[in-house]
Amino acid sequence: MSRRTGLMATLALLTIGGTAAAQKSPGVTSTEIKIGQTMPYSGPASAYGVIGKTALAYFKMVNEKGGVAGHKINLISLDDGYAPPKAVEQTRKLVESEGVAFIFNALGTATNSATQRYLNKKGIPQLFVATGADKWSDPKGNRWTMGWQPSYRQEARVYARYIQQSKPDATICVLYQNDDFGKDYIAGLKDVFKDAYKKKVVKEASYEVTDPTLDSQVVNLKAAGCNTLVTAATPKFAAQAIRKVHDIGWKPLHFMTNVSVSVAAVMQPAGLEKGVGIITGAYLKDPTDPAFKNDPAMLEWRAFMKKYMPGAPESDVNNVYGYAVSETLIQVLKQCGSDFSRDNVIKQAASLKGFKPSLALPGLEINTSGSDYRPFSQMQLAKFNGKSFERFGSVISGD
Amino acid sequence: MKKSRAPAITVAVLLVGGCVAPFAISSFHTFQLTQILIYAIALLGLNLLTGYSGQISLGHGAFYGIGAYAAAILLDHAWLPYWATIPVAGAVCFAVGFGFGLPALRLEGPYLALATFALAIATPQILKHDALEKWTGGVQGILLDKPEPPGLLAGPLDADQWLYFLCLVFVVVSYVIGWNLVRGRTGRALIAIRDQPIAAAAMGIDTALYKSTTFGLSAMYTGVAGALGALLTGFVSPDSFTILVSINFLVGVVVGGMASILGNLFGALFIVIVPNIASDISESAPWAIYGALLILIMILMPRGFAGMVRAVAARRG
Repeated sequence: MSRRTGLMATLALLTIGGTAAAQKSPGVTSTEIKIGQTMPYSGPASAYGVIGKTALAYFKMVNEKGGVAGHKINLISLDDGYAPPKAVEQTRKLVESEGVAFIFNALGTATNSATQRYLNKKGIPQLFVATGADKWSDPKGNRWTMGWQPSYRQEARVYARYIQQSKPDATICVLYQNDDFGKDYIAGLKDVFKDAYKKKVVKEASYEVTDPTLDSQVVNLKAAGCNTLVTAATPKFAAQAIRKVHDIGWKPLHFMTNVSVSVAAVMQPAGLEKGVGIITGAYLKDPTDPAFKNDPAMLEWRAFMKKYMPGAPESDVNNVYGYAVSETLIQVLKQCGSDFSRDNVIKQAASLKGFKPSLALPGLEINTSGSDYRPFSQMQLAKFNGKSFERFGSVISGD
Repeated sequence: MKKSRAPAITVAVLLVGGCVAPFAISSFHTFQLTQILIYAIALLGLNLLTGYSGQISLGHGAFYGIGAYAAAILLDHAWLPYWATIPVAGAVCFAVGFGFGLPALRLEGPYLALATFALAIATPQILKHDALEKWTGGVQGILLDKPEPPGLLAGPLDADQWLYFLCLVFVVVSYVIGWNLVRGRTGRALIAIRDQPIAAAAMGIDTALYKSTTFGLSAMYTGVAGALGALLTGFVSPDSFTILVSINFLVGVVVGGMASILGNLFGALFIVIVPNIASDISESAPWAIYGALLILIMILMPRGFAGMVRAVAARRG
C-alpha cells in the first residue's frame, strides 16, 4: 500500500512541477530547454536522417560544456518517414505530449507544409526548417516559421545566371522531383530566363518519390539532345541520375542541387569518376575540400565527429549541415539571455546580424530581420573533380 | 442454440468507452483515437469488398484520397460547410467506385487486384497534374482549418473532442448500415457470389449489379473516411495518398479479420498504433520491427482478430 502511495505522491509532485514550469515558458525548466523535430529516419529520404543524428550529438557536446545559460538542450527527434500525415502526428505528439518549447530543423518541404499552420496558430516557432523552399520566408503571414539554407529558387537563379554568362546558347534539360522542392528549381530558372524559358529549356522530366528508379527519365532527356542538365533530386535519386547520365555516354554541363552533393551519400554511391564535372552552389565548407584541410573550424569539426559520432564517414556534408544549423541555434539561444519564451526565441532568430557559422564558406554570413527571414542568401559555385568539390568564381547573391 | 449475448455486450462496452474516452485522455491521444475511428470506417469499406465479396482491392488508398480531396476542394472554395462535404465525398466515391467496378467485374482475383493497383499508383500523379492544379493545389496540396464545435457545444468540447465525436457518430452509423447489409439478402448474395459464383448466377442473382454496387459502396465508405481524415489532419497533398495507404488498409483488414464487422476496429487499432511501437523499439529499422510484429500476429491469429474471437467462442459454446 505504501508503495502505491509513494507513486501517487511522486506523480502528483511531477504534475504540479510540470504545470508550474509549463506556465513560465512551455518546454523550459530552470535546467533544461526541451525542443523537438521530425526527421526522415526511414523511407525514401532516409539519407537525411544523419542531420538529426548530428544535431543530437552536437547538443550532447554543448551540454557537456554546461549548456546555454545553465540550461541543457534536450532535443527529441522523431521519425516521420518523409510523409506529411506522419509529420503532423509526430509534431502534435511533440507539442502536446512532450511539451516542447519549439520545433527545430524539421526536414522536408511537404512535411513542414503540413505542420506550418498548426504551429503558427499555436504560436510555436518552426525554426530553421531543413528545406530550401522559397515559401518559408513569409514574416507577415507565418511569423513563427523560418528557413535557414539558401532557397532552392535562389540557387536555381544562380545556375541560370551562370549559364547565361558562360554558355549563352545552351540547350537545357531539367530533371526534377515532382513536388514543391523540384518545382522551386523550375521557378528559379523561369525567374532569370523569363520569356526565353521555353526556348532554352527544351525538355523537363519529373519523377515521384515513390518511384524505384529514374533511369527512363534520364534516357528520355538525353534523347531530347540537350547539352546542359539541371537536376533537382534528393540523394538516393541524385546518385541514380549521376550514374545513369555517365553510363549512357551523355556528357552535359550538369548542375546538381546542393542538398544532394554529399560525397559519402551521393558521389560515392554513384561512382566518384562518374560525377566529375558536376557543378553545385555551395555555402558550407565541404569536408573533402583540400583548401580546408587545416582550417581551424574544420579541425574542430573533425574532432567533434571523432568524439561524438565515431564511425560516421567524414565526407558527408550532411554532418556539416547538421553541425552548422545547430551552431546557429546555440547563437540564437545565447542571444535570448535567460528568456527562452517562444516569443523571444523567434524574435532573436530574426535578429541575427553578420553571424558567421564556423563552417560557412569564407565571405558568407547570416543576416535576418523582422522583414527578412532568409538567413543565408549567398553561395559560391563549385565543381566536382573526382575527389571533392572545388570552388571557383566569387560569392554570388541569389536575390 | 442459445443466442450469445456476447456481441451485444461488447458493442455496449465499446460505445460507453468510446463516449467517455476523450474526456479522460490527452488531446494528442484523442487525435490518435480519432484516426483509429476513421481508419475503422475505411477498413469496413474494404472488408465489404474483400471479406464478404471476395474481390481483392489494392486501390482503396485512391478512394481514401479522392474522398479527402473532394472534401478539401469543397471546403477550400467555401462551397459547403465542413459537415456537408462528408456525404458529398461519399457520393463522389460511390460514383467513382461503381464506375470502376462495372468494367472491372470481368476481372477475377489477381487481375482485379492489378487493376485496382493501377488506380492506386495513378492517383497521386493525377492529383499533381497541371491541368487539375487550379482545383487540387498541385504538389503544394490544400490546407484546411480545423472544424470548431457548434455554438452550444463550444463550451464543454474543444475542437479535437468535437471532431472525435463527429467521427464516432459516423462509425456507429456506417457500422449499423454495414451490419444490416451483410445480415440481410445483400450479404447472403455477396457471400454466395464470393464462394460459388456460378451457382449464385444460376439462382438468379444479378452478379454484375451486385459486384458493381458493392464496389461503389465499398468506395463510398472509404471516401467518407478520407473526408474525415482530411478534416483531422488539416492538410491534403498528393504524396499523402501513395500505394502504401492501400497496402496499409489491406493489412488492417486481414489483421482485423476478413468478413467481420467488429474486427475492423482491431485492424484500425493495429495500423495506427503498431508503427509507433515499432519506431519506439528501433529508430533505424522501424519497418523491420513492424514486419516482425505483423508476422507474429499472423502466427498467433491466422484468421485475424475476429477469427481468433470466433475460435474461442466456438470452443466455449
